[in-house]
Amino acid sequence: MWFDRLLQGLLDTLLMVGVSSLIALLAGVPMAVLLVTSDKGGIFAAPTLNRVLGAFVNLFRSIPFLILMVALIPFTRMVVGTTYGVWAAVVPLTIAATPFFARIAEVSLREVDHGLVEAAQAMGCRRWHIVWHVLLPEALPGIVGGFTITLVTLINSSAMAGAIGAGGLGDIAYRYGYQRFDSQIMLTVIAMLVALVALIQLGGDRLARGLNKR
Amino acid sequence: MSQTSALKVPGAAPLPLQAEPLTLRPNVNDAHVRFIGLGKTYPGQAQPALQGIDLNIRRGEIFGIIGRSGAGKSSLLRTINRLEQPSHGRVLVDQVDIGGFDEDQLVNLRRSIGMIFQHFNLMSAKTVWQNVELPLKVAGVAKAERQRKVRALLQLVGLEEKHQVYPAQLSGGQKQRVGIARALVHDPRILLCDEATSALDPETTASILELLRDINRRLGLTIVLITHEMAVIRDICHQVVVLDRGQVVEQGEVWRVFGAARHAVTRTLLAPLQPRLPDALTGRLQASPASRDSAVVLKLTVPGEPDLTALFNTLGGSVRLLQGGVQAIGEHALGQLIVSVQHSPHATGPLLERARRWAEDVEVLGYVV
Ligand SMILES: Nc1ncnc2c1ncn2[C@@H]1O[C@H](COP(=O)(O)OP(=O)(O)O)[C@@H](O)[C@H]1O
Ligand SMILES: [Mg+2]
Repeated sequence: MWFDRLLQGLLDTLLMVGVSSLIALLAGVPMAVLLVTSDKGGIFAAPTLNRVLGAFVNLFRSIPFLILMVALIPFTRMVVGTTYGVWAAVVPLTIAATPFFARIAEVSLREVDHGLVEAAQAMGCRRWHIVWHVLLPEALPGIVGGFTITLVTLINSSAMAGAIGAGGLGDIAYRYGYQRFDSQIMLTVIAMLVALVALIQLGGDRLARGLNKR
Repeated sequence: MSQTSALKVPGAAPLPLQAEPLTLRPNVNDAHVRFIGLGKTYPGQAQPALQGIDLNIRRGEIFGIIGRSGAGKSSLLRTINRLEQPSHGRVLVDQVDIGGFDEDQLVNLRRSIGMIFQHFNLMSAKTVWQNVELPLKVAGVAKAERQRKVRALLQLVGLEEKHQVYPAQLSGGQKQRVGIARALVHDPRILLCDEATSALDPETTASILELLRDINRRLGLTIVLITHEMAVIRDICHQVVVLDRGQVVEQGEVWRVFGAARHAVTRTLLAPLQPRLPDALTGRLQASPASRDSAVVLKLTVPGEPDLTALFNTLGGSVRLLQGGVQAIGEHALGQLIVSVQHSPHATGPLLERARRWAEDVEVLGYVV
């Protein structure tokens, strides 16, 4: 009985984290590229756009997740039609994770040696070529590392979302562990979360190491 | 390029006596790269990095740029492929002003100009093959053609075996060879080298220079190179320009500039290649003659192999050789001798005059007893 519940909780957590991290990846990488290349001296220099985007990213990053989630309730209802359940949690999770991941990816992109960009320009690369053939491949190990951190952070946040009714492992831990003092379920959930995080970290580190040819 | 067209130019300078086939006469029509009143001031900088640069770089020539750190060498070089945008003046490549080029034109220009760097700037996430292939790939060259060219270039630089390897597993010299292959993959007409051998050990430097010279001869490529190693200029350059604080202070054929450097900066830069007095003698050197027995110490520079009989006859008195030798600059020999001459102290003037008849450049280093 509670085994089914735990399994369901795990699947819900994986679904929440999976969907929101996928969207964060797809939106965060372009955002990071834009943050780097639109900066002054960048290949698509547009300082005003850069400042606006930077301020926007900082704004979302400075709001604690719990507060962001509550503040976004009307928006969430507009998007998914409900404020309850896994899909309702995906909205704030994505909105929190995207700027978070974009900033980390931005750091990796900035670390790409400017000499490589110059070499690319000197060989007749257009600006999109530089993004695609130089910036992204060179920053890839760092971006993978950043995505791993984002995943772990998302698991953390998803547990918080679970506590206010989103389902998932967090929900189970809250209901059985906190409200009913069932320490056995609590400990099981903790063990599952630890294993999940360790697995993600291990896989991410391995992938990043494999991609790093330096 | 052809002799006849060069001869038609009114007022062309007469052929120097020791001219060799590669020593081309000044002829603006032959200028491959031409700087006209070029100036560059970086934003937020009070001092211009370059000012009033007028230079011609001729087709097929290896053109060296030297100067102290911060003199503006890189800034000048990088205006040729417009990695740097000039603030004043013009840069002509093949008689075309590149100042107004849009992105498409710039991309085409850059494909006709290769560039290599001090720190190689290879893509770490790409293999040797992928690095050399990249310029072709972004230009939309078909796969079969790409393979043919990359293979040919890796063969030229002697790295066929390493094509699957990542740059991190290569030595400095091998990395620079990949850089050279990558720079040549579009069959450029000009190769720019910014301190390309500065991160390499002397032996590797020699092999890279040999490769550059070979490329220059076989492909007729114009090479513009920056270096702080005077031996690089001596060994492979035809022309040299000396920059100081953004201005040209000396320019000409290498053997001439090296033979008779006029500017203090040039002399300082060339010091490592100059014969030096033995330390024991330097300590005894005085600024003015101490007694009637003092001998004057002269540094004499003479093109060709020095005729010593003529030297002794010209100088008279007792001449001692303290230091010196002959170095080869391209196909020229340059003799540089340090001698002491015992003479009457009142006759230094006439002595120097006689010495100047024999040598191209005479420098009084001091007096010894
Ligand atoms: N991107 C830049 N921004 C501001 N100043 C620069 C920049 N690049 C070079 N400079 C300045 O211009 C001068 C010439 O630099 P550079 O051409 O690199 O000299 P060199 O290659 O001879 O050492 C130096 O004073 C340097 O500080
Ligand atoms: Mg420099």
